Amino acid sequence: MIKALPPALVAFLLLLPPLVCSNYWLDVLNAIGVSAILAFSLNLIVGQAGMFHMGHAAFCAVGAYTTAIMNTALGTPVLWTMPLAGMAAGFFALLVARPIIHLRGDYLLLVTIGIVEIVRIALTQDIFGLTGGANGIAGIDRPYIFGFRIYKPSHFYWLIWGMAGVTIVLFSYLERSRFGRALNYIREDNLAADGIGINSAAYKLGAFVLGAFWAGMVGTILVSKMTFVSPAFFTFWESVVLFVIVILGGAGNLKGVLLGAFLVTGLPEAFRDFEGMRMFCYGAAVILLMIFRPGGLLPSRPGDYNVAEFMKKLAGPAPNPRSGEDKRP
Amino acid sequence: MIVAERLSWVLKLRRGHKLNMEVFFQQFSNGLAIGGIYALIALGYTMVYGVLRLINFAHGDLFTSGAFLGYTFLVSLALGQSAGTVGAILLVVLLVMGVAAFLGYVLERCAYRPLRRSNRLNAVVSAIGASIVIQNSIMLIYGPQVLVFPAGMKPNVIVEIFGLNFPLMRFFLFGASVMLMLGLYFFINRTRLGTAIRAVAIDQDASRLMGIDVSQIISLMFMIGAALGGAAGVMVGVYYGQITFTMGWIYGLKAFTAAIMGGIGNIPGAMLGGMLLGMVESMAAAYISAGWKDAITFLVLIVILICRPTGLLGERVAEKI
Repeated sequence: MIKALPPALVAFLLLLPPLVCSNYWLDVLNAIGVSAILAFSLNLIVGQAGMFHMGHAAFCAVGAYTTAIMNTALGTPVLWTMPLAGMAAGFFALLVARPIIHLRGDYLLLVTIGIVEIVRIALTQDIFGLTGGANGIAGIDRPYIFGFRIYKPSHFYWLIWGMAGVTIVLFSYLERSRFGRALNYIREDNLAADGIGINSAAYKLGAFVLGAFWAGMVGTILVSKMTFVSPAFFTFWESVVLFVIVILGGAGNLKGVLLGAFLVTGLPEAFRDFEGMRMFCYGAAVILLMIFRPGGLLPSRPGDYNVAEFMKKLAGPAPNPRSGEDKRP
Repeated sequence: MIVAERLSWVLKLRRGHKLNMEVFFQQFSNGLAIGGIYALIALGYTMVYGVLRLINFAHGDLFTSGAFLGYTFLVSLALGQSAGTVGAILLVVLLVMGVAAFLGYVLERCAYRPLRRSNRLNAVVSAIGASIVIQNSIMLIYGPQVLVFPAGMKPNVIVEIFGLNFPLMRFFLFGASVMLMLGLYFFINRTRLGTAIRAVAIDQDASRLMGIDVSQIISLMFMIGAALGGAAGVMVGVYYGQITFTMGWIYGLKAFTAAIMGGIGNIPGAMLGGMLLGMVESMAAAYISAGWKDAITFLVLIVILICRPTGLLGERVAEKI
């Protein structure tokens, strides 16, 4: 009961803004929501599986362009393209991550940076004549839900934070599932994980594809909110910001990542008046946080598993001491 | 469409049409100049990585600050008028190397030393923070606009070699970077301090037992790396004539690519990788597409990492268990 109180409070507070905030602050909250969902999906790769991945914007870009192209060229309604955008991004991740999944930490980091740059350049160079070059694609429809047109910041607020809520619930289940536990094991010790029979390459690839799938779906929301898309949305810098959100908030801890999204995306907006100094202070704060709180603001804790219960289950029903014989095979 | 054009171009070559050698040699000399610059920056990455296993994301911004300091010395302090162009540039390079070395020292002290014992992910994020700090300090001091080196500052001499005209600057830059690299090579391999640096790179704890002050050596390596990066910054400023406060990202990324291509932690490897990268980029811009040249650079990197993860000169090391 008491444990459920803080999340309920946060959820309640998140219901208020559309009633009290100006459109400007709603837009800021929407931006925070988008980066929070992206950061959750990145957290699966960086936080849970411990892979250094700094190219998440590339996957978001693939999803966003899938939606933009399908909507403008084929007239597919925006929200129907969402799963397709996710699948396109996931498939792209499968293709690019398969050959690099075995690379060690820093090498992987560099390759993912290379991928995000290649994707941005390919989009800018109008690859296949589909992406519209540096100007991107404009004139994307607003999404409809059961005939209700979503176009105001407050509408998008519900859409984005609704998806964020769904993401938190699903990803926290995933975290405690067999899949999530395997990823954590790989993060702590890849070799030992291999040793006890976890197919680490397959699990890592799975994390990549799932994270990319989710990022691709966020891409749909992003383009429907802006009604246009251009390569400038998906720079290396955007990937760095997502990476910093995850590490700063607390890699592997969804609450921490949410807090990180609020701080990294939200605080610079709050200090807009100090135009010049704010990025300077931001950088300094990042260094200080890493020195004094190495695990992030809310570090992830090892999972709470009831080992005794598990061992009991493993041993089967306790033998009856009076019967004198053990019926177990 | 483009593919068809390229194909017809290749076919023309096959049929023995006159090959435009001018383009090739121009791009070759350009590749030498750029490659030298990349190699200088790559040395800073590779030395730091060899000891700390840390990608120093702020190194590219030290390079930028070198370019801006060079601008300050050349333009604001009007060193050009007092010492003649070539002499002034040499003097400025030396001055900038000194200041950049100091910046490198401060950077290591503030952003990296406190994190030496912690998780590598933390050090990487701290490096990103340091990069943001340096970039924005430059922006606060010089403003966000592009700074243009005055035309008179650039010795615009053209030399003729076998009937083709080349800007002398390219060979000057190439020569300067080769000199600096040779200097570093002798310093590392022939001096007492250089021996200490190599020892620390191999085993920090054993070096400490042998009486080497490891912290001091690490500081020294940051200073050398920053000095070389700063010199590269001045060179880019004089070569291209314009600088912005954000240019460190892309140069840093490419130089790190060069360091990995050569084999990270390997000093001759960084030199080789830098020259190779400059050449690949220069040729790709001329023969494939100028817009795609950065993409091609990264593609080459990915292919090398997949096929030969230890780089061209790197040795195969067993993973420590």
